[in-house]
Amino acid sequence: MDQVQDIAAGRLSAAELAANFADAHPPLTPSEAPVEASRCYFCHDAPCIEACPTGIDIPGFIRAIATGNPRGAALTILEANILGGSCARVCPTEVLCQGACVRMAQEGRAVNIGALQRHATDWLMAHEPRPFARAPATGRRVAVVGAGPAGLACAHLLARHGHEVVVFDARAKPGGLNEYGIAAYKLADDFAQAEIAYILSVGGIRIVPGQALGGDLSLASLRAEYAAVFLGLGLQGSRDLGIAAPPLAGVQDAVAFIAALRQAPDKAQVPVGRRVVVIGGGNTAIDAATQARRLGAEDVTIVYRRGPAQMSATSKEQDWAQTNGVRIRHWASPLRLLGEAGAVTGVSFARTRPDAAGLAIPAGPGFTLEADMVLKAVGQCFIADPLGAAEAPALVPGRIAVDAEGRTSLPGVFAGGDCTAGADLTVRAVADGKRAAEAICRMLGP
Amino acid sequence: MADLTTNFAGIRSPNPFWLASAPPTDKAYNVERAFRAGWGGVVWKTLGEDPPVVNVSSRYGAISYNGARMAGFNNIELITDRPLSVNLDEIRRVKRDWPDRAVVVSLMVPCEEASWQRILPLVEATGCDGVELNFGCPHGMSERNMGSAVGQVPDYVEMVTRWCKRHSRLPVIVKLTPNITDILAPAAAARAGGADAVSLINTIQSITGVDLDLMAPEPVVGGQGTHGGYCGPAVKPIALRMVADIARDGATRGLPISGIGGIASWRDAAEFIALGAGTVQVCTAAMHYGFRIVTDMIDGLSNWMDAKGHRTLEEVRGRAIANYVHWNDLDLNYKSLARIDQDLCIRCGLCHIACEDTSHQAIAALRVDGARRYEVIDADCVGCNLCAHVCPVEHCITMQPQPTGRGKLTWTQHPNNPLRQEAAE
Ligand SMILES: Cc1cc2nc3c(=O)[nH]c(=O)nc-3n(C[C@H](O)[C@H](O)[C@H](O)COP(=O)(O)OP(=O)(O)OC[C@H]3O[C@@H](n4cnc5c(N)ncnc54)[C@H](O)[C@@H]3O)c2cc1C
Ligand SMILES: Cc1cc2nc3c(=O)[nH]c(=O)nc-3n(C[C@H](O)[C@H](O)[C@H](O)COP(=O)(O)O)c2cc1C
Ligand code: SF4
Repeated sequence: MDQVQDIAAGRLSAAELAANFADAHPPLTPSEAPVEASRCYFCHDAPCIEACPTGIDIPGFIRAIATGNPRGAALTILEANILGGSCARVCPTEVLCQGACVRMAQEGRAVNIGALQRHATDWLMAHEPRPFARAPATGRRVAVVGAGPAGLACAHLLARHGHEVVVFDARAKPGGLNEYGIAAYKLADDFAQAEIAYILSVGGIRIVPGQALGGDLSLASLRAEYAAVFLGLGLQGSRDLGIAAPPLAGVQDAVAFIAALRQAPDKAQVPVGRRVVVIGGGNTAIDAATQARRLGAEDVTIVYRRGPAQMSATSKEQDWAQTNGVRIRHWASPLRLLGEAGAVTGVSFARTRPDAAGLAIPAGPGFTLEADMVLKAVGQCFIADPLGAAEAPALVPGRIAVDAEGRTSLPGVFAGGDCTAGADLTVRAVADGKRAAEAICRMLGP
Repeated sequence: MADLTTNFAGIRSPNPFWLASAPPTDKAYNVERAFRAGWGGVVWKTLGEDPPVVNVSSRYGAISYNGARMAGFNNIELITDRPLSVNLDEIRRVKRDWPDRAVVVSLMVPCEEASWQRILPLVEATGCDGVELNFGCPHGMSERNMGSAVGQVPDYVEMVTRWCKRHSRLPVIVKLTPNITDILAPAAAARAGGADAVSLINTIQSITGVDLDLMAPEPVVGGQGTHGGYCGPAVKPIALRMVADIARDGATRGLPISGIGGIASWRDAAEFIALGAGTVQVCTAAMHYGFRIVTDMIDGLSNWMDAKGHRTLEEVRGRAIANYVHWNDLDLNYKSLARIDQDLCIRCGLCHIACEDTSHQAIAALRVDGARRYEVIDADCVGCNLCAHVCPVEHCITMQPQPTGRGKLTWTQHPNNPLRQEAAE
């Protein structure tokens, strides 16, 4: 293992890279959409609605597509979920609406709700630049911290009610993980920014980038200055592998790897190892591994300490990675990062097996995988520091504690999305932001 | 292997599947392709007097239903637009080359005896097997006092049929229009005029849709439209009823019937035959899929007959007529209840909402430990079948006959009927 670490950019031709990072699931054609829509039974008390965190009237919008009323379809979606366009592209529908579709019980093939949702929202974005009007200004101002899905959904509903919203974000661009985290081929063609522009068309929302809570801003000053504050901070920390290791070149946080890839205007500039090992079992592991392959990595392996059923990535996502040539190894956890001259050369793993509760415990001798690049994807965590020490909202283990409508322990301060407990999904963040906005509107009065 | 040969009013064909008079039978080229594919016969596209008619460009409209193309089909075409002699030459040649197939010639000329007297000998000279009188075309020709303009007046039907029998030895099939209140009247008139058979239905007057941008009925011809003739799967129920009425009624019973209207499969054909048809004719399904559909029609009918032990078509023909009764003869004491197979149920709730909103509030929408469950409330179910029809899962909701312990009771005997007939003491 004394070879030079092989990390390089531009492993594939420009044409291959363009194809690899284009829309993974192209839109339905105008003739496909009504045919797919006609598969919907228009259920009474439809299970899919219940399975959607934002409660979109799915049979209602699909029927509108079937009857040739795309505007009605899109507005039905966006009324319930202003990020309906990105949710149509990123939601793991197999465990949400489509998992509940009655056609699953009947024939194992759900109505393609995600694709239909995209069909309708794409239509509206192409035909109507400003779908929502703003109520007369109320003169009240609300601060939103974090321009991710939670913050944006909250801001939009507040603005529709006539409140004035200022959205602060630490990053240079708004969008949160829609801009920096989601796999490139799920939100192709700069969709995150196009959608934000669409959301802002309602008016009354000002986005202030490069302003961090805990740095430029304090919760106390925001509370003093604004009628209410919504925190949509997401998860800013990454868990560590839990093994002692000197810093080695080529070992990287998977989220940071993806963020760099997402931001690179030219994918040929993104360096990737020839042999990549990804450690973890969630969305992030799948996306990092698949995108590494699509950048041209020759050999990509995901290693997870438990079995396929325990991976938080859905089986559809696991299939997707494997279809992309990613190997997934289960029941192994990292022991040591191997390195030479300050650069990583491999990872040695211990085999694990499930204990009575299904958790991984050590078992048997391990193995070593050679690697030029190691991506850590063992989970993100909430970092509470920006909330400040004095007068910070209470936490439930690790995240901001909220009630069902997003109220924190501090009067006038609300929170939602990944920084609160629940499934770390775009659609859940949107639902939280929306519910909190409703609560804020009720609190502020007409 | 079941025997599918037919002898229809003296016209023989190897199977009951004929192509109806329409574009598929417009010329020798199509008809020969059809015969090669296996069709038992054709009714040649309607001939008229020279000079030929002129057709418009943009001729068809169609109904797509939930992605199913051409569930209903509509045309504003007229009869053949080729000179008479060209058609007659081709008919002569085709019949010579395909002696075992039925070649019937459809005719439509003005309502004057001289016109019929002129054309019939020319047609007979081709060696064809029979003529079909097109009294059905509901557009274009009817405005010229032909087609359904004749078919809608029983006296004319009888008169023209009589002329044809007088001036030709060929079997005469009278093709009936459904654009009439009582189909029995023209059928009886045809029989009175000496017709050897009737065929039905021709197309139904219709507008398939309106182009909401052009504000014109479809199909649009230069910004305007006109009503046309409707056919295809959508019209089958209408055709079945008319065929069955003619087969059942005392005045028309026994008159050979060639069934037409929405036939696309062997099963459709078997249904027409069960209600009295001796042959069937197909147009739209052939225009939709091409002639090769006949392979499965022949094969499927034959397999079904074998499975049921029917050796000949005559054993099937009219078998369902005895059970086609008037409403007054139905048993009011018969009772069925909806039964939901909970293992098959996919919880779409359509049965509940249909019964709740539009029927008898007889399906409860329950949640058992959070899971949806739909249950029939027997006391309120009237056995209307609505839930079974809306249910998207085959055999999930079935209608099960209930023992009532009561004998048959018809409306004629029912106590609620002020005009009931008391049983004779
Ligand atoms: C790699 C990856 C792939 C994923 N793929 C999917 C997927 O396919 N489908 C899906 O449904 N979900 C996916 N998720 C999860 C999804 O992206 C998140 O659940 C969602 O973005 C949460 O939205 P949010 O608004 O709560 O937080 P975020 O999107 O994280 O947004 C938080 C925002 O707050 C800002 N911020 C944070 N701290 C401060 C501060 N102190 N001051 C000012 N601003 C601050 C951040 O800059 C950011 O813009 C994925 C996540 C990752 C990491
Ligand atoms: C385009 C078209 C043209 C037709 N032309 C004639 C015709 O010339 N003479 C005739 O008797 N019937 C004509 N018909 C009616 C058909 O013969 C047939 O009666 C009718 O289409 C119903 O059958 P189907 O449902 O199988 O199409 C025509 C039908 C169509 C669709
Ligand atoms: S058969 Fe009719 S009345 Fe009975 S449950 Fe079904 S829909 Fe209701």
